[in-house]
Amino acid sequence: MLTHYFTLALKVLWRRKFFTFISLFGISFTLLVLTVVTAMFDNAFGPGTPEPRLNRTLFVDRAVMYGPHSTWTSSAGFKLLDRYARDLPGVERLSIYEDERTVQSFVGGRKIRSALKRTDDEFWRILDFRFVEGGPFGTEDVKQARFVAVINATTRQRFFEGHPAVGRTLEADGQRFRIVGVVEDVSEARGAPFADIWVPYTTAKTDAYKREIIGGWHAMALARDTALMRGIHDEFNSRLLRVELPDPKGYEAIVAPFETKFENFARNMPTGDRKDPESQVVRLIGALVTIGLLFVLIPTVNLVNINISRIMERASEIGVRKAFGAPARTLVGQFLVENILLTLVGALIGFALSVLALRALRQSGIVAYAEFSLNPRVFAWGILLAIGFGFISGVYPAWRMSRLNPVDALKGGVSR
Amino acid sequence: MIQLQRIEKVYRTDRIETVALAEVNLAVAEGEFISIMGPSGCGKSTLLNLMGLLDAPTKGTVQINGSPIATYRDREVAAIRNKEIGFVFQVFHLVSDLSVLDNVQIPLLYRRMSNGERRRLAEVALDRVGLSARIHHFPSQLSGGQQQRVAIARAIVGRPRILLADEPTGNLDSQMGDEIMALLKGLNRHDRTTIVMVTHDQQKADQTGRIVRLFDGRQVN
Repeated sequence: MLTHYFTLALKVLWRRKFFTFISLFGISFTLLVLTVVTAMFDNAFGPGTPEPRLNRTLFVDRAVMYGPHSTWTSSAGFKLLDRYARDLPGVERLSIYEDERTVQSFVGGRKIRSALKRTDDEFWRILDFRFVEGGPFGTEDVKQARFVAVINATTRQRFFEGHPAVGRTLEADGQRFRIVGVVEDVSEARGAPFADIWVPYTTAKTDAYKREIIGGWHAMALARDTALMRGIHDEFNSRLLRVELPDPKGYEAIVAPFETKFENFARNMPTGDRKDPESQVVRLIGALVTIGLLFVLIPTVNLVNINISRIMERASEIGVRKAFGAPARTLVGQFLVENILLTLVGALIGFALSVLALRALRQSGIVAYAEFSLNPRVFAWGILLAIGFGFISGVYPAWRMSRLNPVDALKGGVSR
Repeated sequence: MIQLQRIEKVYRTDRIETVALAEVNLAVAEGEFISIMGPSGCGKSTLLNLMGLLDAPTKGTVQINGSPIATYRDREVAAIRNKEIGFVFQVFHLVSDLSVLDNVQIPLLYRRMSNGERRRLAEVALDRVGLSARIHHFPSQLSGGQQQRVAIARAIVGRPRILLADEPTGNLDSQMGDEIMALLKGLNRHDRTTIVMVTHDQQKADQTGRIVRLFDGRQVN
C-alpha cells in the first residue's frame, strides 16, 4: 500500500508543478534555517573533540556580584575559584583558566593576531585535544612558570609555514614561549577549549589576578559521575555564601554557579536571571520553542492552505476511495504519507542548501575554526524536524478531507 | 440482500428544505438485476447512494444482509462497502494519475493481502472486461467505453455480492452502452451478482429483471 501512496504522491506532485514548487520552496527554506541553527548549536554544545565528556563537565563562566544599588557582571576571579572551587566532593578534576585574549606578534614584518589562553595543566587532562605534534605542558611547567606553549595547527602555519614547530619559539604578548605541542584547531563556538596559543597561567606578567574575586577567569570541573553534578553545583553555591566580598557595603552577594555549558549559555541570554543561582535553561528553551514555533507558523499555515486546495482538487478520488471502503483513518494516513514525502523532498533540498550555507559560514570566519557541518546528529534532527513539519502541516487538511461526505466528494468536494 | 424501509431523505439548508425521497420501501433479493427509472431530480441517485451506504437516510432503515446499518460506525460501514458492494459511476471516476492496473486495485488496498495477490486479482478482473492489453495505460489514453470497462473491473475486483451502477451507459454511445450492458448481464447471470442500476434508458431497463420507478422522490408502480 505504501508503494501505491508513494507512486501517487510523486505523480500528483509532478502534475501540479507550481504548487509543488511553492511548497518545496517554503519547506526547504524553513528547514535550511532550522538546520543551520541546529548545526551551530551542535557545534557549540554537542559532544565532540576535544570535549567528549561534556555530559559530566561543569563550568563557571559568569559571576555576578550585586548589592542594593549596583551589579557587577563579569567572569569569576582567580581567587574565588582557587579558594572555593577546589576539593569539591564529586569532582574528578578541576581546571582554572583565563579568558582568551587577543595578542599580537610580528613575524618577518607581518602582524599576526592570535587568541592566547593561560591555563593550568589539568586543562589538558579534562579536555581531549588531538595533538599533531608534541604534547601538553605539565604540572611542573605550571609550578615553575616555564615559558612553554601549545599552539594550534593554524598558528603553526602562520608562524612556521606549516613546518614542525615543537622546540621552536614564538613571541606573543611580549613574551617568548618554547613550543611543546601542536593541536588541531578547535572551533571558537566551543568556548572553553578555544584558543590559538595556550600557556601556563603562572607566566602572567603580574600576580594581581591572585587577589581578584571577580573578573577574567573560568573553572571547568569534570564530575566523577553525572549523578554527582547537582551536588557539585549546590556545594559550590553554599561555599559562595561565605565569600568575603571586596566591598561589603556595595555588594551583598556573589552568584557564580557551576553549570553545564548549555546552562551557562542560558544564563547569559536575555531570558536568564543572572542573580538566580538555579538553572535558567527552562526559560531559554521556552523562548527558543516560542521563537521556533513562530518561525515555522507562517510556512506551516501556507503549506496547510496549499494542501487543502491540493487535496480538495482530488475530491473525486477521495469519493472513490471512500465508496470502495477506505476508512477515514486510512485516508488521513494516505495524505499524511504524501505530505511527509513532500516535506522529505523539501528537506533534501534544504539539506543541500544547508551544506552550502554552512560552508559559506565556515569560510566567512565569523566564528574561528567553526566546524559547522551536517553530521549524523544534525541530519537526524533535520529529518525529525521535516517529519514533524510534514505531520503538522498535513494533519488538518487530511482530517478535513477525511470528513468529506462520499457523495459530496464524488460531486467535487462541496461539504455539507 | 438489500432492504429499505420507510426511507425518507431530506436536504436542509438555512432557508430551504428539499425532500429527495419519501416513504420508499424496497427489497432487493440476492441475484436480482433491477433498474431504477424516473425523471431527472426524482431521487434515483439518492436512492442508490443510500443502498450503497454512501449516505444516510433522514428517516427509515437500510439493511444489508439483514443488518441495520444505522448502528454501525464509520470503520464498519467502510468494511461493508469494501467487501459487499461495488460501484460503477456515470462519469467513471477513475484516478487520472494512476494506471488502469492501479485504478482497479483501489478496493483491494483496504484489504489485507500481498501486493502480488492484489495485482493478480486486478489482472483477472481486467481480463474479464477484455482489457488485459491495456493494464499500463492511463485513463486519458482510453475511450469512454474502455474507461467504463475499467470502472467495472474496479467494481468487481473484490468480488462484491452487490453492484450499484449509476447510469453506467449514460456517457457512452449506443454500441458501447450495449457492450457495458452485456457485461453487467453476464456478471448477474454467471456470478449471481445482485445489480441495481439507475438509468434513463427504457431499452436498457427492459433488459433487467425488474424496474422500480420514482417520481418526485416517491415510488410509483
